[in-house]
Parts: sequence; structure tokens; C-alpha cells
Amino acid sequence: MNQNNKTFEENMLRLEQIVRAMERGDVALEESLKLFKEGTELVQTCGKLLDDAQLQVKLVVAGPDGKPIEEDFHSDAI
Amino acid sequence: MTQQVITVTQINEYIRAMMDADRLLNNVAIKGEISNYKLYPSGHHYFTIKDEGGALRCVMFKSNAQRLRFRPENGMKVIAIGKISVFPRDGAYQLYCTGLTIDGVGDLYAAFEQLKAKLQAEGLFDSAHKKALPVFPGTIGIITSPAGAAVHDMLRILNKRYPPSRVRLLPVRVQGAEAPAEIAGAIRYANYYRLADLLIVGRGGGSIEDLWAFNDEQVARAIYASDIPVISAVGHEPDVTISDFVADLRAATPSNAAELAVPDRDVLRQTLDGNFATMVTAMSRQIGNCRKHLQMLSECAALQSPEGYLQQRRKSLELLRNRLLSSQNHLLGQKNQRYIGLTAKLDAMSPLKVLSRGYALTQREDGVLIREIAHVHCGDRVCITLADGRFKATVEEVKEQTL
Repeated sequence: MNQNNKTFEENMLRLEQIVRAMERGDVALEESLKLFKEGTELVQTCGKLLDDAQLQVKLVVAGPDGKPIEEDFHSDAI
Repeated sequence: MTQQVITVTQINEYIRAMMDADRLLNNVAIKGEISNYKLYPSGHHYFTIKDEGGALRCVMFKSNAQRLRFRPENGMKVIAIGKISVFPRDGAYQLYCTGLTIDGVGDLYAAFEQLKAKLQAEGLFDSAHKKALPVFPGTIGIITSPAGAAVHDMLRILNKRYPPSRVRLLPVRVQGAEAPAEIAGAIRYANYYRLADLLIVGRGGGSIEDLWAFNDEQVARAIYASDIPVISAVGHEPDVTISDFVADLRAATPSNAAELAVPDRDVLRQTLDGNFATMVTAMSRQIGNCRKHLQMLSECAALQSPEGYLQQRRKSLELLRNRLLSSQNHLLGQKNQRYIGLTAKLDAMSPLKVLSRGYALTQREDGVLIREIAHVHCGDRVCITLADGRFKATVEEVKEQTL
């Protein structure tokens, strides 16, 4: 579940780490099984993100104090 | 007939009035090559334009010179526009130049080449300064007009290729006098508040004048100073701007910028499938290896006949136990013997034992044991201790024993 809170990039980087460690083959069997489980979940999470995500678009303008304020921006292209 | 005499000032004024009345001289465009070019601190430009046959002095006042989009240089072939009139102080005519364009090429082109050469010399285009683009940009900042078609083209492609990212659109004018300051300002603003992992700066196609903001020096310097990597995306494929040279990556069009900015989700899906396959292969291999290892272990003697193995171990355990017990008994016997001997010795030396044989202890009243005859005197009170009691006595006679 906590994987959903991470960015796509973080998930992909973790997945790459796992794949590399498993490829090296120097991890104990029990640890490998754990990594395999985590890696499989990451593949699913990332795949789901690619399938379901929709681009978020915000218009940024400077507020009265100069700090950025986000406003909705609609595009028919999305 | 007497000739009328007039002053220099009068004749110069007369000539000036004549020239000023001439329609041609009031609006001429003259072709020539610049020489003796001088820019005075007043902001006025003085130069001469010449051809093979002659020369014409020119002045361009500050108010007109400010509109120049390039810096005049000696040897430049130009078309100078203005009016010709007299400069009374020198008694010379000159061109009061109101406009100057490069002959043959547009002045925008000249300005472009000049700025390009200047910034290149300063190192703003150096590839060593260019930053790598993030592989998976979480937030993409787009600096462009929110009204143009370009922004929607970019959003459509970003959404199609890599929807997990977020877009922050910083609206700016992309043409007109205010555009350069707004674009440069937006780049600095995005950096100041760290609004994005990647910036796309650009606009859709247009005339060279429309795209001119992206040839502006302050835009170029803002791109150069940006800590956030910048993709420039101006106009169509053949359009090249100064921004393109300074940016970390040049995209041919805004749509192309969107493609360059993010990975393609179809490729990412393949990568995910590949990663999954690699994990499955690695896992199967490891399980296979573990199974082989298990097989090897199960074939060794101890595991083949566990009964026999245990029997053997039990025997040697018994043997060890017996040895331990016997050595323990031996040690105990020795210690016991020694104890008996010591007890007897102790008993023999006990004072009670001596008293029971009929001896007595004599002590003075202060409790000091009397060992020598010299320590007692007639009349001393002494205490005598026997094995089963004590009594007090008075010394009546003291006699030293002589052997």
C-alpha cells in the first residue's frame, strides 16, 4: 500500500535495485523470495500508474505575497 | 551694380531653407558602406556612408538610435533613411538618419548574428554547461502562452506518453515588447520556488518578428542561469533561436519538446515486463540451485542412516560418561584421605587434649599466661585451669628449678 505514495520514479528505481540484486544471485533464498514479492508488487503498481494516471495540470500565478498559487487549467487535449 | 554682402550665417540659413523645401532631400534612402562610426556618450551616433565615388556624413540621434536592433559597424553595407540638411556650424550638409537597415539581409538577422557571436564568446552555448534531463520528471514546468495551440499540443503528448507526471503552466506573453521580460522572469520564478524538475520554454510557429522574444539577451541569460534543466521549443523545425543554443536541449517544435521531456509509457511497460521476466528467471535459478544443494546433503551418510549414526554417537557418549565418573571418584578419594590426616593432626595439637592428660595452665590475675618462674612472686594471686574447671590460688613459695 505504501508504494502508492511513492513517485513513479522512486518505484522504478527500487525495482531496478531489486532486479540487480536478484541477478547478482548473492542474496539468501529467503531474502530473494521477499525481494521477488516486493518486485512483483512494484511491477503491478507501476503498470497500474501508467494505465490509470491522468496528467495533472495547474496554472501557476504569483499570489499577493509573490508566492506561487495554483489554479485549475482545463485543456480539451487531455 | 553693387553686390549685396551677406553673412555666413545668412547664406547657410538660405541654403538650409532651400534644402528643407526639397521633397526628395526630406525623405531619402541611401545605400552605402559605414565608415568612421562613432557612438558618443550623448547616445548620438556619427558615421559616414560611402561608395566608390564619394562619402556622406550622417548623424543618428539617440531617440532614433534606440530603435536599432543591431549595432552598426564599420564596413557594414546599409541603407540609411532620413533627410539631408545643412549643419550650419560647419557649413556642411549631412544626413539626419532616422532609420538604418542592413543592405541585403534584414536587421533582425544582423542582430541575431551579433548576439549569437557575443553569447558564444561568453560561453553561454558550451556543452559542458548543459545539464542532463531527469529521466522521470515528476513535475514539468511549461513557460508559454496559455492561449496558444502549442500548450495543448504539449499537454496531449505528455498525457499520452507519461501521465504520472504533473504540469505547472507558467503563463507569459510570447510576443511583443513585454514578452522577453515575462519569459525571463518566469524562468527565474520557477527556479526561485523550485516549481519543476524540468522546464519547457517556447511557443508555436510565427514570423521571425513573432519569435523574436526568444532571441532576446535577457531570455538567453535566464535560461543559462536556470538550475532547472530547460528545453527550448520555439516555432517550427527550421526556426532556430538564441534560446535554442543556450537551452540544455533544443526541441524542433513544442510537440517535440513534450516527446523529449518524458519517457514513453509503451517503452516503460516493456521495461516493466522485462524486469519481471528477469526476476522470474533469477528466482527459478536460485530455487533450482537450492534444490540441488538439498539433494547433495540428503545423500550424505548421516542422513542416509540416521539410526546407525545415533547409535554410534550414543556409544561414545557412554564411554565418555564412564571416564568422567571414574576420574571423579579417584579425585574424591584422594581429597578424603588428606582431610582425615589433617583432622588427626589438629586434634593432637589441641590444648584441651594436653590438659586432659593432667597438665594445668597458670595465669596471672591480668590473664597473662605464666611460662617462666621469674614471672611469679610470693603472694601473687593466680588462676589455674584444668581440663574440667579452674580455681584461684595464692603463691606461697617460689623456687627456681635448677638442673
